[in-house]
This record gives sequence, structure tokens and C-alpha cells, in this order.
Amino acid sequence: MQLIRAFVVALALLPLPAAAAVLPDDRADLMYHYYDGGGVTIDGPSVLVRKKFAEKYAASANYYVDMVSSASIDVITTASPYTETRTQYGVGFEYLRNKVTYSAAFSNSSENDYEADTATLAISQDMFGDLTTVSLFFTRGWDDVTRRGDATFADEIDRRIYGVDISQVATKNMVLGLSYETITEEGFLNNPYRQVRYLDPDAALGFSFEPERYPRTRTGNALSLRARYFLPYRAAIQGDYRFYTDTWDILAHTAEVSYTHPLGEEWTFDVRYRFYTQDAAEFYSDLFPRSDFQNFLARDKELATMTSHTLGFGVAYEFKSPRLSFLSRSSLNLRYDRMRFEYDDFRDISTTGFAPGTEPFYSFDADVIRFFFSGWF
Amino acid sequence: MRAARIAALLLLAAAACGCSRVEPWVKPYERENIADPIMAWDRDPVSSSYMRHVYEAREGARGALGGSGGGCGCN
Repeated sequence: MQLIRAFVVALALLPLPAAAAVLPDDRADLMYHYYDGGGVTIDGPSVLVRKKFAEKYAASANYYVDMVSSASIDVITTASPYTETRTQYGVGFEYLRNKVTYSAAFSNSSENDYEADTATLAISQDMFGDLTTVSLFFTRGWDDVTRRGDATFADEIDRRIYGVDISQVATKNMVLGLSYETITEEGFLNNPYRQVRYLDPDAALGFSFEPERYPRTRTGNALSLRARYFLPYRAAIQGDYRFYTDTWDILAHTAEVSYTHPLGEEWTFDVRYRFYTQDAAEFYSDLFPRSDFQNFLARDKELATMTSHTLGFGVAYEFKSPRLSFLSRSSLNLRYDRMRFEYDDFRDISTTGFAPGTEPFYSFDADVIRFFFSGWF
Repeated sequence: MRAARIAALLLLAAAACGCSRVEPWVKPYERENIADPIMAWDRDPVSSSYMRHVYEAREGARGALGGSGGGCGCN
């Protein structure tokens, strides 16, 4: 449920494949994705196909499935482990005219307690001797939230995202990028299953739970800068930085460095490190002093003070096969990321023998794998 | 007052720039390196969109994760 909303936002935030003045290559990707961390396992397929027509029209289609098996820290302490499946379809169209690309996309995401539709319009233009590409996009999202086992509960989320993206050739070896996005959401923004905990002298453990309660609006702003540099021996290095702040008082910094190293014509290796840190939301607490302590209550660890580290490796092998003669080229790709999440004010209440509020802070590691085949035709 | 003068000067300079064509300082024949596929912001959208999903699901911040809108100015 919570993963689903995040995915909807992620999809909405995913700008269209806007490459001004030239449309993307005809390409098909078939991927298996796998995530395992913090008691949660998610895997499934993803298919993405893009095709040009008359060099000025392009269409794309995406099919994606998440198969979730969850026994996360939230689930084992306040609910029961569960499994669920989410399916998402998406289509996109692009029209290239001179140096301007007009794009439109639509996606639908569906599972048993969450339904989301997302539509995006974008325009992208090359300018200043084709050294600068400016893209603007606007996204609307409509989510329907329900709760399993409660036919009386139904609510909605209305989402609007405004974004600008600039790519600038700085020198013959360096490209710079800037992205800015404003995201506004209105509606039922918390998880209908998640609970907060509060001190309760009458409870055996010294604390009890009650449903979390969020504001019905949230506006966030994100600004990111990046630079990619071509090294003299044919390799690339990239640095990224992102600043994020929102009306829930979350303030976050993200920094990443990555390195791409081709070996001959067939192999490409990638390595990267990403660091993320955030402050907690204003209404977050691991342990409230009493029931109904304030208007808004959250104990979602994604809203806690936290840091995450990601170390990623990738290898791609490009080949031409007589059996795949309809493809001009193909590649097999394996990406592996090891992630670590550390929380500064979210405690591991699955531990025993501690007074409320003195439990050790929670942390966990996650393995993330993408294995995919790409074919260009 | 001083700020207003500077702003007026900047506006004038910007307007003057608008009258002349910007000369690309990286010539088309110098774009071989930035046109190399290893220089793409987003080489594999199917994989990068999945990683965005992972981050959005686990972290509070959202948006501006990049990888879009990039032309290399090669065409």
C-alpha cells in the first residue's frame, strides 16, 4: 500500500523520454527486478517498448508488476505479514517538430486497496546551437485509497507536479544538468493501516497503538544539479546533488558519484555510491507522550530522521546474435545495489527487555537486483 | 536604488543578447565525446525508473532525480 503510493509518485515524477530534436531509438527491454530488505521481498517483471514512426512520432508502452511479501518491522509489530500484487500499465506518445518534442503519457496502477491514474504533458526544446535542452512538464495524478476489510472507508488523493529540466553542454567533454520540481498533494496522505505508539501505563508493554493521522496537504520542492564528464581514456564520471524541502518540515540532501567504464565494444561496467539524509517530519515521533497527543501523528519510518547509503555495481554485455537477426543489437545487463538504512529516531520495538523509548534504533540492509535484456530494432 | 540600476543594466544586457545569435562554443564537429552512449544521463530507463521507485518508497524526499530531458546537442 505504502509502496504503491511511492511507486505512483515515482512514476509521476518520471519525466517522459524527452530527447529534443531526435526521438529515442526503437528499443525493447525485458527486466526482472528483485528487492529484499527489512523483512520485505518484492519482485516481478517489467517490459518497456518504444517505437518510432516516420522519424517524428514515437510510441511507448510499459507493463510492470510488483509481487510483495511483507513482514516489515511495522507489519510484525502492529499487524500480520501479508502478500499482495500490484500491476501497472503505461503508454506514451511523442511528436517531434523541428527542435521541439511534445509528449503525453498515461499510466494506471492497480491493486486490491489502491488505484491510481497518472497523466503527464511535456514539451522539450533544443536551443542555443543545440547546446541547451529545456524541458517542461506537468503531471496530474488521481488516486483512490481503500482499506481491506473496511467497506466503509474510501478516500482520494489529488496530485499535481510541475517540473523543469535543463541539460547544458558545457565543454566538449562535460554536460551539466539541472532539475526543479514542485509536487503538491491533497487528500488522504497517510497509510490507512499504520499505527503510532504512545506511552500507556496501563498496557503490559508500557505503550499502546492508535491510527496515524497526517495533514491532508503536502507541497514539496526538489532541486538537483548534476555534471557528467568524459574522461580521456573513454570512461565517464558523474556527480549529482539534490536538495529537497516540504511543508511537513522534511529537509533532505542527496549526493551521488558514479563511474562508467567500457571495455572494448562489448562490455560496460558501472559503479556508484549514493548518500541520502533527511530530517524528520514535524509531526513525527517514535513514542508520543499520550494518546491523541496532537492534531497530526506519524510513526512512519520514511518520515523519521534517517540516512541511507547505496553502493551499486553494474555490468552490461552487448552482442549480435544470428538467432535475433531482427534486432540490430542486443545487450544483457545485471545491476546490483546494496543499501543500508539507518534511523536516528525510529526504534526497533521488536526487541524485548527495554523500557519504552530506550529500545535500540532500527536499521536494515537491502539487496536490489535488476537483470534485463535490451534489444534495439 | 543601486540594486535597481544593476537590474536595469542586466535587463539591458539580456535584451542586447536577444538581438544577436548565440554562437555555439562547442562546435558540432567537437561533440564526438558527449555523443558517446556512455555520456547519456539515463542509459537504461527501465532500470533507472525502477531505482527511483525504490528510493521514493524508502525515503521522504521526492522528485528531481534527473535522467530526463537530456539532449547531448549532437544532432
